[in-house]
Amino acid sequence: MPSVEVSHIVKSFADKAAVDDLSFSVAQGEIFGLIGPNGAGKTTTIRMMMDIMKPDSGEISVFGEKLSEASKNRLGYLPEERGLYKKLTVIESIIYLASLKGMNSHAAEKKADTLLNQTGMLPNKHKKIDELSKGMSQIIQFIITIIHEPELVILDEAFSGLDPVNTEMLKGLIVELRDRGKAVVLSTHQMNQVEELCDRILMVNNGRAVLYGNLREIKAKYRTHSVLVDIEGELGDIPGIAGRQTHKDYIELVLDEKTTPQQVLERLVERGLTIHRFEVATPSLNDIFLEVAGRNNE
Amino acid sequence: MNKTLLIFRHELLHTLKRTGFIVLTIALPVLALLGIGVLHVLSGIATPPAEVTRIGYVDELGGFDQFTTQDNVKFIRFDAAEKATQALISNDISEYLVIPADYISTGIIKRYTLQREVTPPAPIAKAIGDFITGNLLTGKVPAQTITRVETPTNLVTTRLTSTGDVASKQGGLTDLIIPGVFSFLLALSLTFSSAYVIQGLSEEKENRLMEILLSSVSTRQLIIGKVLGIGAAGLVQVMVWVISIPILLNLASSSIGGFVSSLQIPANFLLFGVLYFILGYALFAVLSACVAAISSTVREAQQLAAIFTLFAVAPFWFYSPLLLFPNSPVWVIFSIFPFSAPVLVMLRLGMAGVPAWQLIASIGVLVLSIIGGLLLAAKLLRTYLLMYGKRPRLAEIIQNLRSG
Repeated sequence: MPSVEVSHIVKSFADKAAVDDLSFSVAQGEIFGLIGPNGAGKTTTIRMMMDIMKPDSGEISVFGEKLSEASKNRLGYLPEERGLYKKLTVIESIIYLASLKGMNSHAAEKKADTLLNQTGMLPNKHKKIDELSKGMSQIIQFIITIIHEPELVILDEAFSGLDPVNTEMLKGLIVELRDRGKAVVLSTHQMNQVEELCDRILMVNNGRAVLYGNLREIKAKYRTHSVLVDIEGELGDIPGIAGRQTHKDYIELVLDEKTTPQQVLERLVERGLTIHRFEVATPSLNDIFLEVAGRNNE
Repeated sequence: MNKTLLIFRHELLHTLKRTGFIVLTIALPVLALLGIGVLHVLSGIATPPAEVTRIGYVDELGGFDQFTTQDNVKFIRFDAAEKATQALISNDISEYLVIPADYISTGIIKRYTLQREVTPPAPIAKAIGDFITGNLLTGKVPAQTITRVETPTNLVTTRLTSTGDVASKQGGLTDLIIPGVFSFLLALSLTFSSAYVIQGLSEEKENRLMEILLSSVSTRQLIIGKVLGIGAAGLVQVMVWVISIPILLNLASSSIGGFVSSLQIPANFLLFGVLYFILGYALFAVLSACVAAISSTVREAQQLAAIFTLFAVAPFWFYSPLLLFPNSPVWVIFSIFPFSAPVLVMLRLGMAGVPAWQLIASIGVLVLSIIGGLLLAAKLLRTYLLMYGKRPRLAEIIQNLRSG
């Protein structure tokens, strides 16, 4: 049974469709990327999944049923618009919000200690929220989202405002959740930031689905059949190369249909060139989005 | 634990710990204490010294030679106005009168003083009046009649019921005190409690906590938990004030203490007092929740809420007409109108009583308004919780509520 099943949902604001006929499902044990540019309809979709907004039409089921008070305890939600009680301490905030998810305060404090320790936030346990930096409060919000071991975790723009160190730490925690069999929905406009994490994605633009499925398969489908090289010396003419494009730090070589990247590498080595970088070009999610969005606009 | 109960407990403790709440709870008794202190000091200053005021008089008419001592005033006869003026200048007397020969026909008595004053001081005027009356009437009517002319009435009123029996409640000042104090505390608590509800809900909106909370609880659980939690804190506040009253009275002068200890709170008044307190609080709290739902900042919500909290205190503005015409149909309408009902009914209960049908209608309308307000607040919160920008116009709100 999928954790979430969304079927043909539509939501309009003042006659403008924010979400237009979206359908997708999220399974247990996967990280599902809900990606697209700002204003694509991601947050509206999530708010409908959380029953904060009602869709104009379409169906949403969470754990096989309409979202109920009981099933709210089985999910963790980190909204894009998020904050905490400024005058409460870190531990008071965690315990109160965990109690609203059905945890008793003793268990919540024990689990909070573990998570605070894991994230390096334990020294801040008794600090007031307004004494913390934005990044630190965001980690506390993440802890609050997952403290009650939810089966479904929905994270809306989880990395915004985080420094690279904390971003990596958060990514590690998200992967850990997936490995423990949780379903994770990761919504973001920073597509490149999450592509290494996601198993499957739904790419939305202007409220409509533009790509949906396994990320590896999607990337394979949009591969450009080219290699990226950074070499010392003159490249000259290489057989099998249909075109080339010089970038600041590398050259993109577009291969003809009969040539494989392996053959190009062999030819470069034969010429005795010093190779600093040789990479089969895989389009980033950004590139794929630009291509798909461009195609849709034509 | 039930989630509504969790929110209730959180809000109660959170409000009790607020600095503003603690300061306000303590401030009222402290201010009252200061007031009593100031009153003591002022009354000490204002008490007239027990020394005798000497008033001179020149009797041109003749026959004014008795009753020359009236309370603390002594009348001293002078033969001529010049001598009296000399005595006045040398401070032998504080003022003097000239009773002209044609006094009986004109009623004019000339008064000379060194003081600049608006009107003659009341005790002096009374002493002069009694001195003149006494001398005019002496020998013509019995002494007792003179006393009666000086103090003609001492009204003792007894209120009868429609059957002609002596009524159990006799009215008077004592009947006004308890409802007055009670309705004052009620209006104060309504205003402050609604401010706390607004602060609580708007803060959650402003701090972007709403979405996090609503991923765990329903809007209804949130509002009920909040309103009850903050309401309980409001009750704690009123309890502190009520408990502090006897302590303050002990500190007050014995005369005030003695007067207040003679006051008795009728059982039915206490019952309605508590009932209207709870209903009034609940109404203002759910209305505050509605206002907080459509406002994007605490300040904006407080400005909006000021409109309906005005209704709570409005009965005090009309205190005088209320005293003069306690049974006017205007009060009946405003006793049923839910915003003004709690405080107005409290005041009217003390003044002239409120017929049973009006009490039933007023309580019924209040209960219905509370239920309606609660449903509206839940719906508004759901519709506008994600609105962090401009406040919607009334037409937009109505349209959004209709479209659900």
